[in-house]
Amino acid sequence: MPDTAAVLTVHDLACARGERTLFSDMNFQLCQGELLLVQGGNGRGKTSLLRLLTGLSHPLAGEIRWRGEALADNREQYHREMAYLGHLNGIKDELTPVENLRLAAELSRIPLSEQEAERALSDIGLARCLDLPARVLSFGQRRRVALASLVTAGALLWILDEPLTGLDIHGVALIEGLLRDHVSRGGMVVMTTHQALSLDGVRIVPLQVGPVLTKIEEEIECCAS
Amino acid sequence: MLRFLIAVIRRDLRLAARRKGDWMTSQFFFVMVVSMFPLGIGPDPVMLSKVAGGVLWVAALLASLLSLSRLFADDHHDGSLEQMLLSPNPTVLLALGKALAHWLIYGIPLLLIAPVLGVQFSLPADAIGVLMLSLLIGTPVLSLLGSVGAALTLGLRGGGVLLTLLILPLYVPALIFGAGAVDATLSGLGAEANLSLLAAFMVMTLLVSPWVAAAALKVSIE
Amino acid sequence: MSIAIFKYAAPMNFYGLAGRLIPWFAWSSGILTAIGLYLAFFVAPTDFQQGEAYRVIFLHVPAAWMSMFIYMVMAFWSAVGLAWNTRLSFMMSRALAPTGAVFAFLSLWTGALWGKPMWGAWWVWDARLTSSLILFFLYVGIMSLWSAIDDPRRGDKAGALLTLIGAINVPIIYFSVKWWNTLHQGSTINMTKAPSMAAIMLAGMLVMVFAAWFYAIAASLVRVRGIILERERQTEWVAEILEGKA
Repeated sequence: MPDTAAVLTVHDLACARGERTLFSDMNFQLCQGELLLVQGGNGRGKTSLLRLLTGLSHPLAGEIRWRGEALADNREQYHREMAYLGHLNGIKDELTPVENLRLAAELSRIPLSEQEAERALSDIGLARCLDLPARVLSFGQRRRVALASLVTAGALLWILDEPLTGLDIHGVALIEGLLRDHVSRGGMVVMTTHQALSLDGVRIVPLQVGPVLTKIEEEIECCAS
Repeated sequence: MLRFLIAVIRRDLRLAARRKGDWMTSQFFFVMVVSMFPLGIGPDPVMLSKVAGGVLWVAALLASLLSLSRLFADDHHDGSLEQMLLSPNPTVLLALGKALAHWLIYGIPLLLIAPVLGVQFSLPADAIGVLMLSLLIGTPVLSLLGSVGAALTLGLRGGGVLLTLLILPLYVPALIFGAGAVDATLSGLGAEANLSLLAAFMVMTLLVSPWVAAAALKVSIE
Repeated sequence: MSIAIFKYAAPMNFYGLAGRLIPWFAWSSGILTAIGLYLAFFVAPTDFQQGEAYRVIFLHVPAAWMSMFIYMVMAFWSAVGLAWNTRLSFMMSRALAPTGAVFAFLSLWTGALWGKPMWGAWWVWDARLTSSLILFFLYVGIMSLWSAIDDPRRGDKAGALLTLIGAINVPIIYFSVKWWNTLHQGSTINMTKAPSMAAIMLAGMLVMVFAAWFYAIAASLVRVRGIILERERQTEWVAEILEGKA
């Protein structure tokens, strides 16, 4: 059942890269059954925000809370309930997709049998590549392995950085299906994308990182910095 | 806790088994570096047996640094390091597991090749035994301290050379006690003192370096 | 007192304080060096065993001490920085490192100068010289790590971690080198057993030690001011200073 209480809350968050402040005083909250769509132009700090939310990097100021507790105090529980897919797939080229999934599960201490792994991969359209080393798979196929790993992780919160890159039309439709299922079951998503997604019936919370600029303003700012 | 540590070690062992080329490179590097010395300093058996301990130990340091530069770099490159850092486990166990796996994959073989090289250097049997023992106790130090350097230099330009600059000075005690054990055996002094100091140093690095390596990983990945 | 400490933990306030302190330390160092060198070369008697060559210890000993001491101070600032995430501590550590490396190098150089008349060789693998050499390598390692990392925050923390693990290792390195030296029975003459020192020699040495100390403080304050300006150049107060100079 979707819960209306906010699970993930962000207070006065600020982030800097090098000496440049990317954003500051960011506040938002996310409840179960919601999808946070992070928007903003290139170099505005979308990826930085996502990495802050995973706990990989630390904010300049402000705080991120999960179930009311600061991330730093609660890291292990948070990482049990969160799954992240960044620009890199995090799969090993030497291993087959099934081995990759089972390895990821083992490291997260989730039981995952070979049959379950095979089913997850077949569901995502990789039934023919189960026994090939990931090295020989195409870019899109590897992305799919990473997505299958995301599904089998069974996390409540998904943090996805441009999950659509490298996927064909079927892949995009597949992700839309995954997102809809996840959210309708009370899951939470934080994601960025440059592509349009059709997510009917999903509660989308938009979040703008950095100022909304017109095209001309953007060019001026680019030259200035 | 222990299950995660074992999972990390098994993961690295399996990956190494799938990529034997890298593994062989490191072992051949060790053999070749050692074999260059008689060519450089002459074949006199008396002199060779005198320098054998030091030469083998220095070559072991260099060989371990060669493989250490990739300890975290490969996983960083394909994103699996991030995923492991995001697993619900203490980072210190990840660092410890990676270092122990490195020792099993690259340290143990050095120890097994060493007797052959020792014979080439005309080492007597008892000194070869001590050499192996000193490598058994000492190579974990190389992997553990090296993991700190590998974590600090993760993703930097010229990481491999930099790693050497950072870590070689820290290896000095291991080198002195390790090679010293072989020397002491040759001169009839007995290797116990050197070996126990080496063991003490190993225990200390085992206690300290996983924490530092874990902190360094977090800093580098940020 | 504690309020004053917190006040000066802010780079902006410390910048001003450092600026006021530098001349004092610089002048004291200069004056003490002059006195010390005068004592060393004109007042102190010729050593009956070592002749005139021994006078290089007036440089060698302070340099060797400072190179070790500065490393410990760096380790202290690194620990403080990692524990409380205070930016100024990391900056202090960075500012100290080049001075420490210079002293380590100076102690090697003067050691060689002393070694030639004493042992007839520029370099002997004496325990002291060898550990100075390794200390110098440690400094080089830390500084090359800093220079390889572009992001100041990462560089600060990575350098601090390396400094700390080095600091834990330094006593073991010293011990192992000493152990190695006795095992191989290299040089029989030991620098630690300097022939009973005349009071005036000791005085000259102490003066030189303080001169080196003040020099180290002045030099690192100058350097830390530079680092502060560079790090804070986007802030208003730095902009004001830079405009004032232009």
